[in-house]
Amino acid sequence: MSTYELFTPLEKEDIRKLQVGDVVYLNGIIYTARDEAHAHILELDEKKEKLPFDLEGMAIYHCGPLMVKEEDKWKAVAAGPTTSARMSSMTPKMLERHNVRALIGKGGMPGMADILKDRCVYLAYTGGCAALAAESIKRILSVHWLQLGMPEAIWVLEVEHFGPLVVGIDAHGQDLYEKVRECALTRFYQLR
Amino acid sequence: MKGRITYDDVVLATVKVIRKAQTCLPSDVIAALERAYEKEESETARSQLGAILKNIEIAGGKSVPMCQDTGILVFFIEIGRSLILDFDLEGAIIEGVRRATVEVPLRPNAVSPLSRKNSGDNTGNGLPDINYTFVEGKKLTIMVAPKGAGSENMSTLHMFNPTEVSKIREFVLETVLKAGGMPCPPIVVGIGIGGSFDKAARLAKQALLMDMNDMNNFELELLKDINTLGIGTMGMGGSITALAVHVKQAYCHTASLPVAVNIQCWANRHAKITLGGNNEHL
Repeated sequence: MSTYELFTPLEKEDIRKLQVGDVVYLNGIIYTARDEAHAHILELDEKKEKLPFDLEGMAIYHCGPLMVKEEDKWKAVAAGPTTSARMSSMTPKMLERHNVRALIGKGGMPGMADILKDRCVYLAYTGGCAALAAESIKRILSVHWLQLGMPEAIWVLEVEHFGPLVVGIDAHGQDLYEKVRECALTRFYQLR
Repeated sequence: MKGRITYDDVVLATVKVIRKAQTCLPSDVIAALERAYEKEESETARSQLGAILKNIEIAGGKSVPMCQDTGILVFFIEIGRSLILDFDLEGAIIEGVRRATVEVPLRPNAVSPLSRKNSGDNTGNGLPDINYTFVEGKKLTIMVAPKGAGSENMSTLHMFNPTEVSKIREFVLETVLKAGGMPCPPIVVGIGIGGSFDKAARLAKQALLMDMNDMNNFELELLKDINTLGIGTMGMGGSITALAVHVKQAYCHTASLPVAVNIQCWANRHAKITLGGNNEHL
């Protein structure tokens, strides 16, 4: 189990060195996106329209934050991860069209290890730790699609020492959650 | 507080109790999490539990919500039989929710189910969810339990045949197994057995509010089996998947056996405030 301090935009080499179970702290710019934002990105992609932001080498954070506006400036109050599995059906297309290098969320993404292989990693942030996460958000750089609602909008965050993030799925096809699930299933059949 | 309870008293108390629930966990929940941190041997799980304990400290210290999913608000109201409430009690609670949304603040979570349009203030047809019971005396107790979607979405209900009592255990285990790391374990499992289709679900939700240090043998056995699954904190493996299991029962129709399993994340948030009797208790 190694610990890494990484900076966005991420290069392929940055994520290649990561193995499941490693701990990562992220620095730089990350984008929040959950259900509606994913759907909207795919919709614009489908229409061959340009996105108002560049996802090259970026990290997408499955998060619907709680923000407040103080003197015209947005501030993060609470910004923990949301359940990543809800984004599973939309993620393959997203990764086909954009070189996103890290997905951050909670609970894992069943069946996604092959899709992520050689191009992206899944990093787990401790679910519910929203006050802790807000501490490492230094600035809100911008917000897109606020008409989708506060949780569903895309928030561009500048983070510092954001973590601890555990590598849940690495770029080598390994899935920590899958190993735990297989083991749990065996035990379930024994207990039944 | 002197004299009769007023509309404004209820509005203010509602804001206060919501803030308390969002920023501070009940002591039995914190104690259970601390025990889990001490007992857990997996390095990864311990790092996650450590982050949870640190998060609780920050939220309490800064008086900010511990989780960005401030949930939908479920109220359990106890009304003293001798109380005179000559105002719109429900309206006062709803107004309290609107103010708390701005003042605490809360994330606007309430949407119309099909259009998905967000009301912006955590209210809407059916929300907040308010349940009333009558008790002896002349006090009014407002309990709120904010419920996040991550764990709520993993909950299940099954209408068993009356002869299938022995299948309940497997159903509970299967629910926890399928949920895996998605409901933010270590979880609390609330089980409602009996009643009716809807009552079983309500019992399961109420079971989540019971003292986490006080479990009977049936509940302890279920807890042991759940933890044998090894799902662990956040689904990344470990010996503690659930902190507590509670069961609530009600008589049901001779031809049915409803069983509901309500899953709760580690942030088992709830708080209560009592009005009347010359003082206010939070």
